[in-house]
Amino acid sequence: MGVVIDAHLVVRRGAFTLDLALTAAPGEVVALLGPNGAGKTTALRALAGLTPLSEGHLHVDGEPWHDRPAERRAVGVVFQDLLLFPHLSALENVAFGPRCQGVRRREARRLAAEWLDRVGLADQAARRPRTLSGGQAQRVALARALAVRPRLLLLDEPLSALDAHTRLTVRAGLRRHLAAFDGVAVLVTHDALDAMALADRLVVIEDGAVVQEGTPAHVARHPRTDYVARLVGLNLYRGTARGHSVALPGDTVTFNAAEALDGEVFLAFPPSAVALFRTRPDGSPRNLWEATVGGIEPHADQIRIHLEGPVPAAADVTPAALAELRLTEGDRVWAAVKAAETHAYPA
Amino acid sequence: MLVLPALIGLAFLVLPLLGLLVRAPWSTLGTRLARPEILDALRLSLLSATLATLLCLLVGVPLAWVLARVDFPGRRLVRALVTVPLVLPPVVGGVALLLALGRNGLVGRWLDRWFGLTLPFTTAGVVLAEAFVALPFLVISVEGAVRAADLRYEDAAATLGASRWTTFRRVTLPLIAPGVGAGAVLCWARALGEFGATITFAGNFPGRTQTMPLAVYLALENDPQAAIVLSLVLLAVSVVVLAGLRGRWVL
Amino acid sequence: MRSRRTGLRTASITALTAALAAGCGDVKEGPGAKAATRTVVVFAAASLTESFTALGRTFESGHPGARVKFNFGGSSALAQQIDQGAPADVFAAASPATMKQVTDAGRASTPRVFARNRLEIAVPKSASATVTSLNDLTNPKVKVVLCAPQVPCGAAALKALKSAGLTVRPVSQEQDVKAALTKVRLNEADAALVYRTDVKAAAGQVRGVDFPEAAQAVNDYPIAALTKAPQPGLAGDFVRSVLSPQGRATLRQAGFEQP
Repeated sequence: MGVVIDAHLVVRRGAFTLDLALTAAPGEVVALLGPNGAGKTTALRALAGLTPLSEGHLHVDGEPWHDRPAERRAVGVVFQDLLLFPHLSALENVAFGPRCQGVRRREARRLAAEWLDRVGLADQAARRPRTLSGGQAQRVALARALAVRPRLLLLDEPLSALDAHTRLTVRAGLRRHLAAFDGVAVLVTHDALDAMALADRLVVIEDGAVVQEGTPAHVARHPRTDYVARLVGLNLYRGTARGHSVALPGDTVTFNAAEALDGEVFLAFPPSAVALFRTRPDGSPRNLWEATVGGIEPHADQIRIHLEGPVPAAADVTPAALAELRLTEGDRVWAAVKAAETHAYPA
Repeated sequence: MLVLPALIGLAFLVLPLLGLLVRAPWSTLGTRLARPEILDALRLSLLSATLATLLCLLVGVPLAWVLARVDFPGRRLVRALVTVPLVLPPVVGGVALLLALGRNGLVGRWLDRWFGLTLPFTTAGVVLAEAFVALPFLVISVEGAVRAADLRYEDAAATLGASRWTTFRRVTLPLIAPGVGAGAVLCWARALGEFGATITFAGNFPGRTQTMPLAVYLALENDPQAAIVLSLVLLAVSVVVLAGLRGRWVL
Repeated sequence: MRSRRTGLRTASITALTAALAAGCGDVKEGPGAKAATRTVVVFAAASLTESFTALGRTFESGHPGARVKFNFGGSSALAQQIDQGAPADVFAAASPATMKQVTDAGRASTPRVFARNRLEIAVPKSASATVTSLNDLTNPKVKVVLCAPQVPCGAAALKALKSAGLTVRPVSQEQDVKAALTKVRLNEADAALVYRTDVKAAAGQVRGVDFPEAAQAVNDYPIAALTKAPQPGLAGDFVRSVLSPQGRATLRQAGFEQP
C-alpha cells in the first residue's frame, strides 16, 4: 500500500516556527508527543486544514491536500474538548458529517446509528452531549470523526479530559477502533502512557522541531532529551564512551554500561536501579557518586528521592529502606547503580 | 448599598405606569376598547412590528455576523453607522427615509419609475420605518452573541465537511439562537412603540398606517382618556408578549 | 420646524404623565434680552410662529426691561399644559375649541379673536396645474394629505369638504399642519389642505390654490391673558399689542385675515 501521508509542515507564528516532516503508512498510529507549547496542536490543525501552512506540503494518498480547505479534506478530528454540537443529539452529531457529504437524511441517520452501536452507545442516540458522561461523550466524538470515513484520523489529547478510571476503559476501546482503522491516525498527547499504549510510532516534538522518533519500546528505552527521559521515567546523561566505560563531562563519575561503545553517548538508567548508602560502600568506585538529598516524595508504592549534585538523579527506594536510612532533605548520601541496568547508546 | 438606588430605579420605571393605571377611565373601558379603530390600530401595530422584526432578522443577522467575523477596512465606521438610528431622533429618521425611499427619494424615485412602487403612506412604509429604527437593537444583540460563540465549533463543522454556509446554518445559528431571540424581542418591542419615523415616513391613516402609538398621539389632541386606554392596551400586549418571550430566550 | 414637532410630542407625553409641564417644548427668546428683566411667557399655536416672533420683538422694543418667551406647539397640547399648571401668561390658540378647554378649566376668561385663518390647497411648486379646485382633490390619482380630524386644521378641512359636498380619500391624516405641509414640500403628496399662513411661510417650495369653499371653514384665533399669569400686567399688555393696529398689520403680512 505504501505511504498514506507525506507531509512537511511549516507553520510560522510570531517567533514560533513549527517544522515537522511526517510520513506514515496505512493503518499506522503515530503519536505526536511533546511538552505544552511544542507545536503538537498546531501540527494537528495544519493536517486538518484549520491552520494554513506557511511552507511545505501535505500529500495524502498521493493527492496534494495543502491547498484544500478543511471541509474538502477526508479527515476526522477528535478535538481536545470534543466540541460535540450542544444543540444536536448524539445521533445528529454523528450524522452531521455524512449529511455534509451529501448522504440523504435517512441514510445518514442509519449510518450514525451504526457508528454509535459500534462504540457501544446505541441506547444513548437521542441524548444531548451535556447529558452524556465524559467517557460517553468521548466515544460519540470518535464515532463522529470516523463516520466521515476519513483517510486521516486526528486525535487531540483524546483522553486528557477523563478521570483515571474512565481513561482506562476508553483507552482500551480507542485502541480497538484504531486497530480497525485503515487510514493513518495521528494522536497528539503529552501523556507517555497514552502514547505508548495507542501508538505504533512516537514522534517527539520540542520547540516546533522533531527531537526523537521511533517505536514506543525504542523511545522508552533510549530517550534523547530530558523531556523524553522524564516522560519515560529514566535518568539520562551525556558522556563519552570507551568500551563499557562511560565518563560524564568533567570526569565527575565514570559508569560501567551494559553496552560497549566509543565516542559520544547517552547513558540511561531507571530510578529503581539506584541504591543509596549513608556511608561509602566498599568495592569498585565505578557507578558510585556522592549527592545531596534534594526532595523526598511518594511515587507509586515506592519513595522517590531527588538527588542533587554533579550527577543529579532520581532514585526509587522502598519505604522500609527509607526508614532504615533515616534520610531527610539536605543529607549527604552515596548513590550506586548496577552496571547491568545502565544502558549506553550513541548520541 | 445597592438596594436603595435599585428601588429608586424601579420606582422611576413603575410610577409613570401607575399614573396611567390610576387615571384610566375604568368604568368606560369596555366600550372604549370595543371601538373598531382601536382594534384596527392594534392589529396593524402587531402586524407591522412582527413584519419589521422578520425583515430585521433577514438582513440583521448576516450584518451582525459580518461585523463580528469579517475583518474589512472601515469596519469600525460601519459599526458606528449601524447604531445611528439609535441616536437619531426618529422623526429625523423618518425624513431621511423620505429622502431615500420617498417618491422623489434617491432610490424611491426609481422604484416609482420602474415598478410604480411608492412606499410612503403604505403599510410597507410603516414596516420599513419600524425596521429602520429597530434594526440596531437586533444587530447589536446578535453581534455580541456571534462574538461570544465558540469558534472552535465551526472548526469542528469544517472538519466534518461542512461548507461555510452549512456551518453558519447548522452550527453558528443554533449556537447564537439565544442572542438572536433576545435581539428579536428587543427589536419587536422597539418596533411596536415606534412613533416618529412611522408618522413622518408613512403618515397616519386608520387601518393602513395608523399604529397604536400614532393613535395614542392623536387621541391626546382631544381625548386624553382615550389616549390612556390605548396606551394601556399597548402596554398590556407588550408586557404579555415580552414576559412570555423573555422566559424562553433571554434568561 | 422638525425640532418643534419633536418638542410637541415631548410636551404631549409630558402632559399625559402630569409632570414637569413647564420648560418643555421649544422656547424662543427675543433678542437683546437683558438679565434681571420681567418675562412674559406666551403659549401660542404653531401656525403663529413667524408672526408672533416678529410681534414679540416689537413688544420688547416698546417695553424696556420686558422679555417675551414663546412656547409654540399644537393648540391642544398647549391647552393641556396650561390645564396642568404650566407657568404661562398668555395663550393664543388656533381654534375656539382649544381655548374653550382653558376657559372651562377657569384658567382664562374673555378670550378675544385676533385673527382668522383660511384654508388653501398647497401643491408642490414644481407641480403641473392638475389641482386647481377643491373638486380636483377627489381625483384618485391625486395624493392628498389632510390634517387628522382631531387637530384644528383637520376639522376645518372636513368642514370645508362637507360644505362642498365632496369626499376625499387622503393618503394620510397628519398630526399637525406643518407635517401635512412637509409631505407636499418633499413632493411626497400632490396636495394638502393647510392654512394660508403656512403656504405663505413655505412660499419657496409650495404654491397655494385658493378655493371658494374655504370661506365656510374659517378658523378663528382667540387670545387671552391667563388668570394665574405670573406677570398679569405684561400679559394684558401683550394681548393688547397683538390686537393693536401694528399687531394686526404684522398678522396680515403673514397671511391672516382680520376678524
